[in-house]
Amino acid sequence: MSAGTVTPGTGTGPRFVSRAAGRGRVTFVRVLNAEWIKLRSLRSTFWVLVAAVFLVIALGVLVCIGTVNRWPNTSAAEKARLSAPNASLTGLYLAQLAIGVLGVLVVTGEYATGSIRATIAAVPHRLPVLWAKTAVFGVVTFVLMLGACLVAFLSGQAVLAKENIDVSLGDPGVPRVVVGVAVYLAVTGILAIGIGAIVRNAAGGIAIVFGLLLVLPEVVRALPSDWQSRITKYLPSEAGQALTRWHPKGDELSPGAGITVFVLYAAVTLAVAAVLLRRRDA
Amino acid sequence: MIKADALTKRYGPKTAVEALTFTVRPGIVTGFLGPNGAGKSTTMRMILGLDHPTSGTVTVNGRRYADHRAPLHEVGALLEAKAVHTGRSAYNHLLSMAATTGIRTRRVREVIEMVGLDEVARKRVGGFSLGMGQRLGLATALLGDPATLVLDEPVNGLDPEGVLWIRTLLKSLAAEGRTVFLSSHLMSEMALTAEHLIVVGRGRLIADTSVADFIRNAVPNQVRVRTPDADRLRALLFGPEVRVTGRERDVLEVTGVSSDDIGRLASAHGITLFELVPQQASLEEAFMESTRDAVEYRVPEGVSARVAGPARRRGGEVA
Repeated sequence: MSAGTVTPGTGTGPRFVSRAAGRGRVTFVRVLNAEWIKLRSLRSTFWVLVAAVFLVIALGVLVCIGTVNRWPNTSAAEKARLSAPNASLTGLYLAQLAIGVLGVLVVTGEYATGSIRATIAAVPHRLPVLWAKTAVFGVVTFVLMLGACLVAFLSGQAVLAKENIDVSLGDPGVPRVVVGVAVYLAVTGILAIGIGAIVRNAAGGIAIVFGLLLVLPEVVRALPSDWQSRITKYLPSEAGQALTRWHPKGDELSPGAGITVFVLYAAVTLAVAAVLLRRRDA
Repeated sequence: MIKADALTKRYGPKTAVEALTFTVRPGIVTGFLGPNGAGKSTTMRMILGLDHPTSGTVTVNGRRYADHRAPLHEVGALLEAKAVHTGRSAYNHLLSMAATTGIRTRRVREVIEMVGLDEVARKRVGGFSLGMGQRLGLATALLGDPATLVLDEPVNGLDPEGVLWIRTLLKSLAAEGRTVFLSSHLMSEMALTAEHLIVVGRGRLIADTSVADFIRNAVPNQVRVRTPDADRLRALLFGPEVRVTGRERDVLEVTGVSSDDIGRLASAHGITLFELVPQQASLEEAFMESTRDAVEYRVPEGVSARVAGPARRRGGEVA
């Protein structure tokens, strides 16, 4: 039955010595591996990621087809405003919601089912769990979204080529946009993990993610215009998406500054989550 | 070896565990008893570093749980049925737990077989029965071949065959020299499995003793006497320490006198006895008797007497 050995002890009975004694230290690489197993072993995760990939590609192609169809009747001013790379990556707006929801669920799913207690019992230092979840989900999201963005970009440009309004990956600023969308989505996922770890409740976490990405910009739009112009560019979604715009709108942060602000939002959220994870009872 | 020293946990104004000091020794099965809300689960969560004590300490094999570098190899825990993501298969749950500490896939298959989950290991845990969940919890606990096991209500939801299986398993694990600490509300089961008891009520320690002593101390043993001369024997038995009850006309339930003494007394006075049966109290009675005092802690004096008064009497159908 036992894998260990029984040795005669000095006390009343035998002293148990586990065969595994002295081995099996918890290392960060091992925790990463555990989180990777967890991420890939949930069907829901798989399907949400498939949905996100599909949304990025399908919506991009759809918008490009619409653009081409309307092109003969499009005004010159509007034609000048077209960003060919961004048109093929419109799926970002839906994919961010899928990724945000999944990021929240990666953490809150553990609290809802009680599996967080098994997780923390295995890694009592706790913080490696948060970092590993962040790393695994961030990398998986980035890799998948980068692939989806490339496919969306290439197929979208192929559609736009009918009217000769396509751009190529080699054009200035284009690689930054394609990679930028994947970066933005991965950081959105990480931000969502932090939010999930703070509120520990799926409904609350998803509401906050939607609030940040969708509602907050609308609320700010209702403010007096001089406030608006000062605040809008610092909102998480606006700042992050600065990296993804081929032609800057003018009143926004530079791509570099924008993504830095967005990463800071995610970092602060994770830091708060880390402090709470250490301090709170599981 | 688990050592709690003045372990205290408060949630706001509510004290869940108060100054609990006890030691769980290796080599035997130690039972953790207490009414609902007595602080058993809180104590177990503190042992595993899930809840932080307000004050006091608890160590496993000389160290705080969180200070162990390979915790799954030190302590195996079954905290509640299914601390497992419902969307994951039993196999993948165990695999992810094993991964944190470098346990090989072979060992995962081994524990799955050990608890008898081979056929459902690839199915999602959400569809598991309570009993299957308990078996998975036990597999998780055994994964690292730990020297200490902390099990919260492990027999909950198991069928009689499963209960017997777990009883045998726990005893054999203890016999190997492991520390086995389990809570259960099934007294009869605890009486059969555990050798030592730690009893808590309202977060305080009530008893830390062997099962046999606990029963002996909590409930005075009773002797059932059936005799045609019940009235005469009752009068002869009268004494300050002696209590005689009896619901049938010719049956006496006597506490405070041994069956030997009753036999001698009857013989000396020529009283015929049809039955003279010493009756061992059950663990359940001993438990009720001990924890009732703990429950009384915060009940005002008058109310306490009214509530506890009738319950204090032991019925005729004892043991």
